[in-house]
Amino acid sequence: MKAFAQLFLSLDETNKTNEKVKVVKDYFNCVPDTDKMHMLALFTGRKPKRVINATQIRTWATEITNIPIWLFEESYQVVGDLAETMALLMPQNTTVTSSKTLTDWIGELNELGTKTEVERKLWLIDSWAMLDTQERFVFNKLLTGSFRVGVSQSLVIKALADITKLDAPTLTHRIMGNWMPETYTYERLIQEQGAADDISRPYPFFLAYPIQETSEKQKSADDLKTALGDANEWQAEWKWDGIRAQLIKRDGKIFIWSRGEDLATEKFPELHPFLNALPDGTVLDGEILSFKNGLPMSFNVLQTRIGRKNLSKKILEESPIALIAYDCLEYAGEDIRTKTQSERREILENLQVATAFPEIFRISALIKFTSWDELGTFREQSRAMIAEGIMLKRKSATYQVGRKRGDWWKWKIDPLSVDAVMIYAQKGHGRRADLYTDYTFAVWDGDKLVPFAKAYSGLTDAEINKVDYFVKRNTLEKFGPVRTVKPELVFEIGFEGINRSTRHKSGIALRFPRILRWRHDKPKEEADTLDNLRALLGD
Amino acid sequence: MAKKPLLEFTDKGIYCAKGKFYIDPWEPVNDAVITHAHADHAYVGHKHYLAHYLSKEVLLYRLGDIQLQTVKYGETVIKNGVAISLYPAGHVIGSAQIRVEYQGEVWVVSGDYKTEDDGISTAFEPVKCHHFISECTFGMPVYQWKPQVQIFDEVNNWWRNNARNGVSTVIVGYSLGKAQRILQNLDLSIGKVYTHGVIENTNEALRRNGVILNPTERITPDTPKEEIRKGIILAPPSSVGTPWMRKFQPYSFGYCSGWMAIRGAKRRRAADRGFILSDHADWDGLISAIDATGCEKVYLTHGYTASFTRYLNEIGFDAHEVHTLYGDDEGAPTQPPPEGEEFEEYGSDTNQKASPSGEDLERVGVT
Repeated sequence: MKAFAQLFLSLDETNKTNEKVKVVKDYFNCVPDTDKMHMLALFTGRKPKRVINATQIRTWATEITNIPIWLFEESYQVVGDLAETMALLMPQNTTVTSSKTLTDWIGELNELGTKTEVERKLWLIDSWAMLDTQERFVFNKLLTGSFRVGVSQSLVIKALADITKLDAPTLTHRIMGNWMPETYTYERLIQEQGAADDISRPYPFFLAYPIQETSEKQKSADDLKTALGDANEWQAEWKWDGIRAQLIKRDGKIFIWSRGEDLATEKFPELHPFLNALPDGTVLDGEILSFKNGLPMSFNVLQTRIGRKNLSKKILEESPIALIAYDCLEYAGEDIRTKTQSERREILENLQVATAFPEIFRISALIKFTSWDELGTFREQSRAMIAEGIMLKRKSATYQVGRKRGDWWKWKIDPLSVDAVMIYAQKGHGRRADLYTDYTFAVWDGDKLVPFAKAYSGLTDAEINKVDYFVKRNTLEKFGPVRTVKPELVFEIGFEGINRSTRHKSGIALRFPRILRWRHDKPKEEADTLDNLRALLGD
Repeated sequence: MAKKPLLEFTDKGIYCAKGKFYIDPWEPVNDAVITHAHADHAYVGHKHYLAHYLSKEVLLYRLGDIQLQTVKYGETVIKNGVAISLYPAGHVIGSAQIRVEYQGEVWVVSGDYKTEDDGISTAFEPVKCHHFISECTFGMPVYQWKPQVQIFDEVNNWWRNNARNGVSTVIVGYSLGKAQRILQNLDLSIGKVYTHGVIENTNEALRRNGVILNPTERITPDTPKEEIRKGIILAPPSSVGTPWMRKFQPYSFGYCSGWMAIRGAKRRRAADRGFILSDHADWDGLISAIDATGCEKVYLTHGYTASFTRYLNEIGFDAHEVHTLYGDDEGAPTQPPPEGEEFEEYGSDTNQKASPSGEDLERVGVT
């Protein structure tokens, strides 16, 4: 565990990618193979099982710290990370040490499943007693199952690639999907593997780079020509707003993976018949959307069924889904990612033509265009198509790993936007701990300000400091962690979509709200109204 | 009618009506008693100043030609029948708590203080009083400092490592206090100590005041880079990310501050190393200091005042938050402190006003 705690500390101590890679390599070089696999699992988002519930951990930690519960809660507000708060509040331990490895700790943690509450508490208190502050911090991270470390998966892979002399895409592929650090050994990871090893294993997703992020950096057709060259070398599709998924049919079995590498096969029963009918050794990439009467519906409709344990008949009727496929990664059991976009497209089209379920297994239509100007005109129609913009793929491109510049681009439409007044503020987490970074915004309804959206991102660090300074000096009331602030600051809030909502006071709900810019030039009286927002509902 | 308190919180600062003087006022007044020479406590523009004699040269350097009377710790000055005496606060060289006594009633204003003896500022001394006005910059239980000897071991090891790898070492701390504390605790067998002009000016002022500091060398455009690389560079927070600092590349930069105790704050600073080293008292330090005064009432000024006050009341003190007695946002600068400014000087949740001119040292340095 000492090595693992040191890994965290060292990663925090540099901002340079090369040094971080070195730190990870040093870690790999000094720990047993089983620890390597556990670390890989944790750093690639495979959360440890939460054996003790968070409330119990908090309660027992508070008992040790000898401070009142409210002060524990306020400390958490200041620190912005529960695991760290607990570690900082416990009495410092300078006498006892423990030589247990990461694997030992996770093993003990998993065994708690069969223990009584009293046994769990004893184990936890004993464990805390033998760790130092930094070890407690990472140990608490294991307990609470929140493992965001600020180190990208690609960085870890790079370190691993250096050590194993394997290439990064191969390693990325080998750690995709459903594996457990308890059973997947380091030895197996670095050995040559056949496709049959794990028939459920997905390929790493290829992700597009954005062409533009803000309306201020609007790209013209000329810019595109300069950047991307001849329009003939590119294929264009609508950018669908659904759930990115990889669908696998191998050995008579089907698997549906989401982008977050969650196995979601059971969540989409409508897709099973067509998948079962595909030839073995087929892997498709595409977007799952709500579809009714041959038309895509807004993401809002799909959202109503995400996260539900049981898909009732009613849900299935109200929010039916289909797949819009746009790529084929494996055909006849062969990995075809190195074929060109056009070749893969042809294979995909042939598969789709052969399906008996054309309403469910759809294909992402190609937009016919001859110039960037023309494509720009199509892009303007995205909203009417229930699309987020346009996807551009180079016809000669292979299917690559991760977010790569060059061959896949997303050219999104400008977000909708309104000018709104900040009325509440709350402290952020992680890097933004103890700073007011989470804001609630309101628009006018007559002479009242009605809250309609929360947003966290979009400001620069310097702007955040200024807003934080304003909040601390203009607080009207405090409700727990939330401060009501003097309505004064106006921000332009951008969002991808807007829908009616019965759960919100304003009667509307926004998709992906974020701060586009601080409107220093606008007094609060000139912020938008609820009527302006309602007009965007488009009905 | 209730008796008027000996010290009041006014929109100019802490005021003694009986003695007709202010303590650390932020608006120009006739008679100011100054706890220490940091910008947010020693403002320019008062007619008369009273401070500890070790603050003298720094005050003159920072504030220019002022009318200044200095005293030693424990010495008494009478103003309109009110007895004023200064006691060590352990915050920086020359920092003092102000003891005010009238007809047997004793008030103490802590200014900024720390309870650990840093070996260079005269060690903090608790003063018995009826009313104690205390800072609480780090008044949350997550702030628990380690002994400085441990921190300086880390600092020296880091420097040694950098020197071995041919990387410059830049250590950042506020120019008055932190810089000298670091300077006196560096392992000079590793190399020489180079200073940013702002810090060297403060060092010189302190040396004029008779303070003995380790040798330093001011960095000028002529100082050879290869030489600097073997040593350590002492720099103020305002130099972080400036072209001045970039010319030492490749470098590793360490930040010394109590805020480094929180991972988020540390990551936000984007320092290569964050050393948890503060010139303020930590949680236990604050409570033990307040307890040692034996006070009937304690008033909390800047820092986590609300939470700390509530906690003190729960454990049996008669504690009061005084931020409402200060002027709120009126007249406060519209901009936060400049990027890279020492944030301990401003507290994290404080209602005290920032210096109207930010890092006033820079300004003085140019003229």
